[in-house]
Amino acid sequence: MKRPVIALIAFAIIACLPLLGDNYLLRLGTMFAMYAVLAQSWNIIGGYAGYPSFATAAFFGLGAYTGAILQGFGWPMPLAWVAAGLLAAVFAGAMGSAILHLKGHYFAIASLVLAEVLLEVTTSWTSLTGGGMGLNLPIIRMSIAAQARLFFWSMLGLAVLTFLMSWYVSAGRIGFALRCIRQNEDASSMVGINTTRYKVVAFVMSSLFVGAAGALYASWVFYIEPPDVYSVMTTIRPIVMTMLGGAGTLLGPVIGSAIFLVIEEVVWRNFLSVHAAVLGILIVGLIFYLPNGIVGAVARRFRKRGAENGET
Amino acid sequence: MLYAQILLNGLVLGGLYACISVGFSLVWGVLNVINVLHGSFVVLGSYIAYFAYAHFGIHPFFSIIIAGALLFALGYVVQLGLINRVVGAPVLTTLVLTFGLDLLLNNGMLLAFSADYRSVQLANPLGSAVVAGLVFPLDRLVAMLLAGVLTGLLYLLLVRSKIGRAIVAVRMDREAAALMGVDVKKIYAITFGIGALMAGAAGSLLSLVFPISPLAGSEYLSIAFIVCILGGLGSISGAIVGGIALGLIQSFGALFIGPQHGLTIAFVLLIILLIFKPTGIMGRRGYE
Repeated sequence: MKRPVIALIAFAIIACLPLLGDNYLLRLGTMFAMYAVLAQSWNIIGGYAGYPSFATAAFFGLGAYTGAILQGFGWPMPLAWVAAGLLAAVFAGAMGSAILHLKGHYFAIASLVLAEVLLEVTTSWTSLTGGGMGLNLPIIRMSIAAQARLFFWSMLGLAVLTFLMSWYVSAGRIGFALRCIRQNEDASSMVGINTTRYKVVAFVMSSLFVGAAGALYASWVFYIEPPDVYSVMTTIRPIVMTMLGGAGTLLGPVIGSAIFLVIEEVVWRNFLSVHAAVLGILIVGLIFYLPNGIVGAVARRFRKRGAENGET
Repeated sequence: MLYAQILLNGLVLGGLYACISVGFSLVWGVLNVINVLHGSFVVLGSYIAYFAYAHFGIHPFFSIIIAGALLFALGYVVQLGLINRVVGAPVLTTLVLTFGLDLLLNNGMLLAFSADYRSVQLANPLGSAVVAGLVFPLDRLVAMLLAGVLTGLLYLLLVRSKIGRAIVAVRMDREAAALMGVDVKKIYAITFGIGALMAGAAGSLLSLVFPISPLAGSEYLSIAFIVCILGGLGSISGAIVGGIALGLIQSFGALFIGPQHGLTIAFVLLIILLIFKPTGIMGRRGYE
């Protein structure tokens, strides 16, 4: 139980970022926290349970629009965030019980289509969502610097909550059940694991904080439009981050999102016109040279060294 | 009369959709790989047809051969060099890998051709004919017929040729096929090449019908997804049934609900079908 504590200390150090007073760094910090929420959430269904979920954008977009609309109705921000997370979780529960009996490619496509359908519904429902014109959020009466700190700490708090959830999952019965499902679903069912229930629970867990992060993102950027929040990239990024760090590990998604953010930032600054291609190359390299992610590679190195020294 | 016209339009559209999807379905069925690159392959085929017409005056109907050959080579190399190395890996790996390759190809096309929409302006188009009060857009109709011929040729290849029989054998049982002396890796590469060939050929035909842009790739990919699920995976008849079903859904959906909701209806149907009958209308088949 040492590593999770180290991670929490790292989060606490990151929380001191506003002391540096650099707004660019603060923006990066907020992005990191958001990526960490998305990647850790995906890791529960995609990493532990091994189900190729492509539904992150659906949860994120649903949360963003729920939060934005509720704030438009005059709800206070934190309440809107909580409501957005809950609605995403309810949506995940309902859809999950319907599509989680699918396997492999079929599940992947069904989860991918959820975002497409929500995108179309949001675009068409102009009276509520503003349609393709997008939606502006109410102005907050606060200085720019105070806002930046508020959103940074809120997003970081969400990332810590997601981390605690992952910790709870990985250390407890749920994580055990999900790892069994990943290895052999039929066998898990045979030894008495209620696979359907655990899969739905994992799907719901992977949606709750993503929905809240979507709402927080909406409040943070003040303006959302359907192609932005339901973008396929919103789905792909957390998957790549988790694979980069190590899928099915506790720290992998956090490490992965930090490294991904740095790479993305460097590429955006220097090679804007080829940023998609660079991401493509990153993905290809990752799959061929780092299939278990950074955490997996490091763990293997340690095990090898241990074996050389005669330890087991 | 209106309904007959819409039915006709839907069928023509459906024939083209079937041609887009048949290669995708083949790759999915035989390799158990969802080829996210497929949409970009179609777009690349369209560009080849566009430039062949703009620079050399080759009619898009004939650039099927050029586009098909080039894309076959591309697909063969990609499969042999990259995808073969992870073909047995979990679904997520192949999906993310082909997605990454698609990002590369699409970014390359954006740099080379820009995001502007282009279209092939034929010097002497066939125009349209009116028969019994129905308007037949001839260019589209010929494109659809050619799509049908191509699909038929693919069917013949699978059923009659030695390579085709090997592909079907690998699909049915990889280990048994390998024991019978089939070089499975090579068959995978050929199958992927054929999938890309069909995408490129479909792209050349579509250059006459739809505007050409790298941005269209994701839409072609969505179409291929929907057609495969609607019709059922792994058979040519499934792709044809799925394609025509999607064409009809879009045409009639445009009439009753509005043209902008065509794909939405298809997506909703797709989810319902996935939940209740994931094997599609025609069920799962093996190119018997």
